[in-house]
Amino acid sequence: MTALSIALPARRPRQYRQLRYALVLAKRNMIKIIRAPEQLIDVTLQPIIFLLLFYYVFGGAFGGGGFATRHDYLEFLLPGLLGQTLAMSSIAIGQNMNADIEKGVFDRFRSLPIGRAVPLVGAVLAEFFRYLMVCVISIGFGYILGFRIHTNLLGLLGAVGLSICFALAFAWVSVWVGMKVRSAGSVQGLMMLLVLPLSFGSNTFVPVTTMPGWLQAFVNVNPISHLVSAVRGLLLGGPVASDVGWTFAWIAGLLAVFFPLALRAYIRRT
Amino acid sequence: MTELAIEATGLTKSFGQTKALVGVDLAARRGSVLGVLGPNGAGKTTAVRILATLLRADAGTARVNGFDVRQRPNDVRASIGLTGQFASVDEDLTGTQNLVMIGQLLDLTKRAARQRAAELLEWFDLSEAASKVAKTYSGGMRRRLDLAASLVGRPQVIFLDEPTTGLDPAKREDMWDVVRSLVGDGSTVLLTTQYLEEADALADEITVINHGRVIAHDTPHGLKRVVGGQRLTVRAVDPARRGDLLRVLGDVAGLDERAPETDGRGTVTVGVDGDDVLPDVVARLRAAGIGVEEFSLHLPSLDEVFFTLTGTRSGSDARKAEEVAA
Repeated sequence: MTALSIALPARRPRQYRQLRYALVLAKRNMIKIIRAPEQLIDVTLQPIIFLLLFYYVFGGAFGGGGFATRHDYLEFLLPGLLGQTLAMSSIAIGQNMNADIEKGVFDRFRSLPIGRAVPLVGAVLAEFFRYLMVCVISIGFGYILGFRIHTNLLGLLGAVGLSICFALAFAWVSVWVGMKVRSAGSVQGLMMLLVLPLSFGSNTFVPVTTMPGWLQAFVNVNPISHLVSAVRGLLLGGPVASDVGWTFAWIAGLLAVFFPLALRAYIRRT
Repeated sequence: MTELAIEATGLTKSFGQTKALVGVDLAARRGSVLGVLGPNGAGKTTAVRILATLLRADAGTARVNGFDVRQRPNDVRASIGLTGQFASVDEDLTGTQNLVMIGQLLDLTKRAARQRAAELLEWFDLSEAASKVAKTYSGGMRRRLDLAASLVGRPQVIFLDEPTTGLDPAKREDMWDVVRSLVGDGSTVLLTTQYLEEADALADEITVINHGRVIAHDTPHGLKRVVGGQRLTVRAVDPARRGDLLRVLGDVAGLDERAPETDGRGTVTVGVDGDDVLPDVVARLRAAGIGVEEFSLHLPSLDEVFFTLTGTRSGSDARKAEEVAA
C-alpha cells in the first residue's frame, strides 16, 4: 500500500462547507476542553460560588432595603449574575486562543483550503456549550435556593438563547484581545478591565434608580444592563421587547466591529 | 499547466531589519525532488512558508502546481501538503482524531476521512498509537504523524521543511524511504535540509542558499564535483604522529587545491575522488606504522560545502543569523 495511489474517496458537496469546517474545528476545541476539564471551573463552580456569596452576603442587607425579602433579592440577582458570569466566561477563549495560536497546528490550518476565519469561528462555536453550562448551572442552582420562573418554558428558552447569543458575540472582543496581546496572562488583565466595570456598572446587583445620575447614564447604555433586563423579563414576566431589541442591537454591533478586528489581527499575527 | 510544479522568481522577504530572502529563485520539475540546502537562518523556512501561502513575499513571484501563490492561494492550498520543522499536529488530539479532522477539512466524508486516517496511520507504523493523544508520542512518531497529516489530501506538491532534523539515523532512513515512495507516486517534493548527505540521497536537483541568496544550483553530482567529492577523515592514535599522517594522506589526495585540513586533536581530513584509494591509504598507514583511532569516508559537511562555494565558513555567520531569526 502506498500513500497516494488509492482512488479518491467520496467527497462532500461544497455548499455550506465553511460552516462545516467551522463545526469540525469546534469539535477540536471541545475535545481539548474535555481533556482539561479544569478549564470548566469558570462556567461550573464560579456561578455557584458567586450566587451563594451575593445571595447570603448582600441578600440580608438588601432584604431590609429595596427588597422585601432575601428571596426577592434572589429573583433580582440571578438574571444579573447570569450576565456577569457569561461576560467573565468569555475571557477564557481569548486566553486559550492566545496560547493555541503559538502552536504549530495553526500552520496546518493556514495551509489548508479553508476560509481564513474558520479556525476562529470554530473556537467561538465551541464556546456555545460552555455558555450553555453557565445558564443551566446558574438557573439550576438558583432553583435549589428557591428561584422560580414566573413565565413559561418559552420564556426560559428565550432567556437562555438570548444569553448565549450575547456571550458568543461578546467572545469576539476576547478573541481580538487574545490575538493582539503577547501572553495569555495579559488577556486576563485587559479583559477584567473591561468586564468588571461593565458587569458591576450595570443593573446586575442593585436597581439602577439607587445610582447617581451620571452613572445611570452609563448603566442605561451598558449592553449587560440590557441583557440582564431582558432576561429578567423573560424569566419573571414584564415587558421585554425594548431590552431584547437593544440586546440584539448590541450583538450585531459587537459582531460588526470585533469579528473583523479579530480576523485582521489573526491574519497579521504570523 | 506548466512543466514546473514549483517555480519561484526573485522572492524577497524582510522581517523588520532582517533580510530573510534577497531574491531567491527556485524551480522543481513535476515528479522530482528539489533539495534546498542551507544552514540555520539561511531563509529555507521563509521560502517554504511563502510557497505554502503562509507568508506573503515582499517582492517576487511564485507558482505552485501552476497557481500563483498570491492570486490563487486556495488553489495552491488544495494542491500542497506541508510538513514543518516543528510538527504541526494537535497535541491534545489522538493520532486518528488529528487525521480525521484534516480529512474533514478537505471535504472528505466522515467515513472516508476515518478510512484515510487508518490507512495513513498504518503506512507510517502508527496504528498502535492511533487512539493515544499525540502529546504522548515520541519525537519521531510526532514527525511521522505530521507527515501523515500533510498527505491526507493526496497533495501533488509536498513541502518538507527539515523533515529529519532531530531524528536518529534509523528513523532518518525511514523518512528517506517515505520521500522516495511519494515521488514514486508522482508527487513533487521540496525538501529543505542542513545535510548535503540527505540532499544527495534524495534530491534530483539541489539549490544551496545562504543569507537569503542562492549561491549554487546543480544536480547532486554536479555539486559534489564542485565541492570535491568525498572526504576522508583519519585520526592518529598518537597525536604526535600528525605530521606523518598529513604526509601520507597528502600523497594520496595529491591535488593542491584540496589541501588537508586538520584540527587540534590530530584529525586530518582530505578530499578524495572515491573509495578506490582506501586500500592504498590503509597500506601506507601500516607501512608508516601509524595507529588509527578514527577512519571515515563521508560527503563534505555543509560547512565544507560553504567553504568551497563562498570561501567563508557558514558556522559562525549561521549562528548569528539564527539568533536574529529567533
